[in-house]
Amino acid sequence: MSPPGVVRIARERGLDLIVVCDHNSAENVGAATRAARDAGLAVIGGMEICTREEVHVLGIFADDRALGSAQEFVYQNLSGENDPGIFGEQLVVDELGEVVGHNSRLLIGATSLSLRDVVHTIHRLGGIAIAAHVDRPRFSIISQLGFVPQGLQLDAAEVCSDKLPPLPENLTVVRSSDAHRPEEIGCRSTRFLVEEPTAPEIGMALRGAEGRRVLP
Amino acid sequence: MNLSEIAHKLGLEVRAGGGALAAEVLGGYASDLLSDVIAHGQEGDLWVTLQAHENTVPVAILKKLAGIVLINGREPDAETLQKAKADDVPILVSALPAFELIGRLYALGVPGMRT
Repeated sequence: MSPPGVVRIARERGLDLIVVCDHNSAENVGAATRAARDAGLAVIGGMEICTREEVHVLGIFADDRALGSAQEFVYQNLSGENDPGIFGEQLVVDELGEVVGHNSRLLIGATSLSLRDVVHTIHRLGGIAIAAHVDRPRFSIISQLGFVPQGLQLDAAEVCSDKLPPLPENLTVVRSSDAHRPEEIGCRSTRFLVEEPTAPEIGMALRGAEGRRVLP
Repeated sequence: MNLSEIAHKLGLEVRAGGGALAAEVLGGYASDLLSDVIAHGQEGDLWVTLQAHENTVPVAILKKLAGIVLINGREPDAETLQKAKADDVPILVSALPAFELIGRLYALGVPGMRT
């Protein structure tokens, strides 16, 4: 999953926008953004944050500053050190895919943050909070907690297959790939009616604000 | 055996639902995934878990469980405690890890499977 490869496949599959959300980390967002610069592909940065209930939540942010703050908050609440022999190398790369560093944190782990805290913090930083892959049997809000807790201010739920678990009626559903391998990129996608492919516009579409919306 | 006797014998501390400890415990179920408890929990089960999230309370009500025991010294989240108190759902805590607590429950005669 090198940045140039991701960008090329995303364009081949006809995507205009991708959101890069690594597990508890955003250190490769910059490389993906730079790799896409001249390719006609928009990149928004985010993170797939693992809560202490082991629920995955996508935090999607408008700019590097908010994303950096979110990253800092996650790292402060994430313990453990990666063993590359068990979990593999956690590479930090540049826009050409060249290795520029290693991340030594145990990124596969869960943070000590509650689901409610994570959603609240994403919003405090101006981001979008999406319950990740709610149709998967692992690490989804449905698998871990049975149902969406009352009063949780999610902006949307992500579905990455044709299955749709029971969700609150007023919760917007988006479809995306949850791609972990190049061949999965673009296997599901969502069409948004927006002015431009940016996080604030996507946020408005999820709320159905000012004419922006998620298209069926 | 009811929940009150079990709590006394195993040194469980009651955090909520003190009014419902007379409930008969018919069996035990251990899981940290609420979707799994919804699928497999049975009426009268004592639920052993490390899951401290508030959704445990509606799941316990839905499945008519006898109560919830949090293991390893975990404490319920504030919202969980609030809900459990409002609905009188027993939440107890144990300093023991799950395997040890379940072993002691089993030795007291709480079955994992019912015939």
